[in-house]
Amino acid sequence: MGELKLMKGNEALAEAAIRAGVDGYFGYPITPQSEVIEYLMAEKPHERTGMVVLQAESEVASINMLYGGGGTGKKVMTSSSSPGISLMQEGLSYMAGGEIPCVVANIVRGGPGLGDIQPAQSDYFQSVKGGGHGDYRLPVLAPASVQEMSDFVPIAYDLAFKYRTPVLIVSDGLIGQMMEKVELFDQMPRLTDEEINEKYPWATNGKPVGKEKRVLTSLDLDPHKLEKHNFKLQAKYKKIEEEEVQFELIDCEDADYIIVAYGSSSRIAQKTVQLAREEGIKVGLLRPITLWPFPKKPIDDLVVKGVKGFLSVEMSAGQMVEDVKLTVRERTKVEHFGRYGGVIHSPEEVLDALKSKIIGG
Amino acid sequence: MSEINIQDIIKPENLVYEKTKLMTDKTLSYCPGCGHGTTHRLMMEVIEELGQENDTIGVAPVGCSVLAYEFMNVDMQEAAHGRAPAVATGIKRLWPDKVVFTYQGDGDLAAIGTAETIHACNRGEQIVIIFINNGIYGMTGGQMAPTTLPGMKTSTSPYGREIESMGNPLKITELIAQLPGTYYVTRHSVQTPAAARKAKRAIKKAFQNQIDGKPGLSFVEVVSNCNSGWKMDPVQSNTWMEENMFPYYQLGDIKVDGKLL
Repeated sequence: MGELKLMKGNEALAEAAIRAGVDGYFGYPITPQSEVIEYLMAEKPHERTGMVVLQAESEVASINMLYGGGGTGKKVMTSSSSPGISLMQEGLSYMAGGEIPCVVANIVRGGPGLGDIQPAQSDYFQSVKGGGHGDYRLPVLAPASVQEMSDFVPIAYDLAFKYRTPVLIVSDGLIGQMMEKVELFDQMPRLTDEEINEKYPWATNGKPVGKEKRVLTSLDLDPHKLEKHNFKLQAKYKKIEEEEVQFELIDCEDADYIIVAYGSSSRIAQKTVQLAREEGIKVGLLRPITLWPFPKKPIDDLVVKGVKGFLSVEMSAGQMVEDVKLTVRERTKVEHFGRYGGVIHSPEEVLDALKSKIIGG
Repeated sequence: MSEINIQDIIKPENLVYEKTKLMTDKTLSYCPGCGHGTTHRLMMEVIEELGQENDTIGVAPVGCSVLAYEFMNVDMQEAAHGRAPAVATGIKRLWPDKVVFTYQGDGDLAAIGTAETIHACNRGEQIVIIFINNGIYGMTGGQMAPTTLPGMKTSTSPYGREIESMGNPLKITELIAQLPGTYYVTRHSVQTPAAARKAKRAIKKAFQNQIDGKPGLSFVEVVSNCNSGWKMDPVQSNTWMEENMFPYYQLGDIKVDGKLL
């Protein structure tokens, strides 16, 4: 068993970064995730593993530091919250185009604009539909506990380097700020420079003797060549959709109704399932762990099995519900419920919504 | 007189000049007479002479030199507009023993990337920044740059840059020289062989500083021309540069070995 600790979600993410063998963290403070860089600075990871931590002048700078560092084959990370993540969209688009791996955590807060500093899930569209300009997608992992804030870090890096892409960990202020017991995984070694050179021949860290130079760019002025590059990216996204979907099913075997919820919302919905079953209503919970690729097949399977309705429960005005609808294709009822702008719904409110919008609606 | 056979002349002992192997054979995309090509060559000669071919990572900008990575034969990354100093920071912090440089124009470095430039300089990142200042946005078709001179006509200041409404030309090089994080700050030009030789010495000093681990950033501005953007022929543009740009952007060292001159 690994080391047990009581930690905030943000701290667990930071500790996991050190233990996952991350080479560099570049960040800019923003509530509700400033504990990530505070923890890293206090922890002196340079003495523990050689990991570099730098406070950048802006989120624009930090994502571009990831571009530089990730482009050399190093494991790089940043974290921020909604307004800061908006500023990073330029860099993420360039990294998607240039196929540069990195991990970016978004501890989502209420929006739009400056919004507030309370938890929200209103960055779903931005996370799963691309976010910046151009045709691209990013794998998105949605932790629902402090434990997963730690566990998902090495999983995110596996995806980032397997597919040469930025990977998002999309959490929210609730999970970032709350304290839970977490079992930390053991320290993983950082790759040596020699190992990086062996594993990542694309990495621009100094032209190898007697070999061609490497270039990382998202630019090609020839439209036919750029289209070809886009075909390659789309083939990669198709492969990710086929192979990397992750989800969790809770009490779905006999369920008449399904709640679809991720992150904090799925924790709340778990209680709703319990309350409903106490009343004799057979409700199950489908929790997407990857928001993109979206778990279409399990939803489709449930439709085929004869589920009578889906309620997408999100701390947003209704974003993921569009993906649920696209999957269900009007074969059964799909509705959205959620509080937003930083307000968190209660399990009872979710149950009431299930009754009024799905069962009685 | 007997006929000279060219093949008899091409011998190692007769070699007086050779194109550095760190410039590719790709035809430069720059206008005839533009300073970019000369500056590229000087930089690549320096990197070769310092034996850093296999230990250098360059960061290209957005602007006329957006394709610098096609001409420079070292590992390169293409940055978003203005972000090169942040990209270079990410590289250098994780590979402190490598040689890292950015190559940026005036719009890239002194307008959209001002924050990244100032903060990389202020942190004293041990990188080299080569800054080409031609007072105009060349690639996008000759719009006003932060360094466009007062009264200078561009496609977005068609009646000349009016200071009252369009602001002053930004002497970013003097500005960053004030920051304790810069170690070497100098301004040169490459329009004559003599000027190019001087510029090369400055570029070499900048890279040597980084190799020697001198504390701080080395910054070389090259005041250059843009004959197509300025609507002049190459000779006219060099004369105009000498008569108008040099008085405003005075050539010479501004800061050497961490000390302001």
